[in-house]
Amino acid sequence: MSAQDQSDHIAEAAENIPDVEDTDYPIRIRGLTNAFGNFVVHEHLDLDVRKGEILGIVGGSGTGKSVLMRSIIGLQRPSEGAIDVFGRDIVEAEPDEEIGVRSRWGVLFQGGALFSTLTVAENVQVPLKQFYPELDQELLDEIARYKVVLTGLPENAAAKFPSELSGGMKKRAGLARALALDPELLFLDEPTAGLDPVGAAKFDELLRELTDTLGLTVFLITHDLDTLYAICDRVAVLADKKVIAIGTIPELLQTDHPWIQEYFNGPRSRAAAESHDRGKALDKTAGEGS
Amino acid sequence: MREWADFTVEERGGRVTVAITGPLTVSGIGRLDPALRDFADSVQTIDISAVERIDTVGAWIVHRFAEEKSAEINGASEAALVLIDAVEECAHDADIAPERDRSLKNFTADVGEKVVDFGKGVTHNIGFLGSIIAAIGGTIAHPRRLRVRALVRQMELVGVTALPIVGLMSFLIGIVIAQQGAVQLQQFGAEAFTVNLVGRITLRELGVLMTAIMVAGRSGSAFAAQIGTMQLTEEVDAMRTIGVSPIEALVLPRVLAAVLMMPLLGFYASVVAIIGGAVIADMMLGIPFWTFLARVQEVVPTYDFWIGMIKAPVFGLIIALAGCYQGMQVKGNAEEVGLRTTMAVVQAIFMVIVLDAFFAVFFTEIGFG
Repeated sequence: MSAQDQSDHIAEAAENIPDVEDTDYPIRIRGLTNAFGNFVVHEHLDLDVRKGEILGIVGGSGTGKSVLMRSIIGLQRPSEGAIDVFGRDIVEAEPDEEIGVRSRWGVLFQGGALFSTLTVAENVQVPLKQFYPELDQELLDEIARYKVVLTGLPENAAAKFPSELSGGMKKRAGLARALALDPELLFLDEPTAGLDPVGAAKFDELLRELTDTLGLTVFLITHDLDTLYAICDRVAVLADKKVIAIGTIPELLQTDHPWIQEYFNGPRSRAAAESHDRGKALDKTAGEGS
Repeated sequence: MREWADFTVEERGGRVTVAITGPLTVSGIGRLDPALRDFADSVQTIDISAVERIDTVGAWIVHRFAEEKSAEINGASEAALVLIDAVEECAHDADIAPERDRSLKNFTADVGEKVVDFGKGVTHNIGFLGSIIAAIGGTIAHPRRLRVRALVRQMELVGVTALPIVGLMSFLIGIVIAQQGAVQLQQFGAEAFTVNLVGRITLRELGVLMTAIMVAGRSGSAFAAQIGTMQLTEEVDAMRTIGVSPIEALVLPRVLAAVLMMPLLGFYASVVAIIGGAVIADMMLGIPFWTFLARVQEVVPTYDFWIGMIKAPVFGLIIALAGCYQGMQVKGNAEEVGLRTTMAVVQAIFMVIVLDAFFAVFFTEIGFG
């Protein structure tokens, strides 16, 4: 099949994007097993992501956080198990169904993964053009303009090529592309890694705001404790090839798994928790004062 | 089937109200957007109370329309208000087109730039050759600095793994030369000279030339792409900061491997081509296989072999230089890697053929006819 045929095919399928029924769990994973040769990454892993929540995924290096994300978005075929996204089994989905699901999620890869030969504005327009070929170029340009600023980039960044952007700006541009279709489900792979603390805090704030206004469900892989405390509704901990615990941070602290205790009771975690509490206290006094 | 957003116009007491219905989302506004753009009359109120769903694209369209007509927005849900506020904050009219279009006016400037670039390219190439020679000198002075492991690895990639494809190609070329040559020579009853034709042309010219083209396509391109990708991922910069010279670590093993393997591959190719010729001569002309090989020893002068062996390392050097040089020039994006790889192969093959012509005239003039 030539590239042209393929894009025609996708455009055609986009015409008839099937309505995927709403469920309370945009992502349901049952019995997921992923293995590379003899190396087993996940074994019978279960996970539910609730609608409208920001779910943080944590785990030590090499526990398969990115592999889990890649399995859900269909880049890594699991050896076993079922992954339902919006109620459709993504592993066994027909191409048409898969396109329907794909138009409802956005993905931000670790390095941004921007198309290097396109400007930021053109990067944002790629998914729009792919799924909604009926949109005028004029509207596409307007959309690219506001999306770029919505993700906290300066106005003139839209005309730039990825190689002209700093690491943090690339992340934001990647987020702008991930949000291009106004998706319901957003996958973020370490969005704040490599950002300065101010930038990271702003990114967190932006994410919370976008989640609340757009009603997003966010699958967030992160090592950033500040992000976990500040914006995550629940946190899932990956270890021993499974999700060993899932819940709010206070709930997780009740469990006695050594890795979780170490993770959330480490000096960095406590500092993040304290600053989070202080921020809340300040908000409270400010609220009382006015 | 997809639902589309639509609108109705209502006029009451001189006030025009545009009521938008349906889903105000990116999947539903494909028809609404051009219709609102073409809406010429003045509008006082935009009613969006009948909108089912709204996202930022829908909010943007409502905001733009309201701004354009200085109309007020009525019936917005809480979510809609938040979204409209959000996109309103983000509205701006900065230019989003990059400066990439070139008008005819700039044509002369472009030509000038190309000429200057070409000149720079020549100097850079010579400079690159110089830095390699310096690195070779340094390696001779301090033999321990030679990266033996990398060199052996590259020799394997350039030489050993090329054996099957070079062999097959040469065998077929030998067959074609013998078969086509015999057809012509038979007209003079001189088909016995097929041996001379195959033996001399493969050892002197085609064996090495075809191998050079194959190596340029296989290894020259690989050099450019590998080093180019390492440039993009800042591996080359990382090497420099650690104090490892990229010329010594990356370029020298590749250049030496190509220079060392080209004569071997070229000779191998010639031998296989002669075998191919002998096979077809046995079948078509009735010259027994072993007689053919024995005749080759008698009719091919030794200098034909040496001419091939002198040319081969030079061709290897050219191919490796072009590949490594283009790879080191990569900066910016993935497209550049492809561009530079193509340039490396084209440059290498072109230079090889130019030099081959030069060698042909030179060796004939000095008496190695």
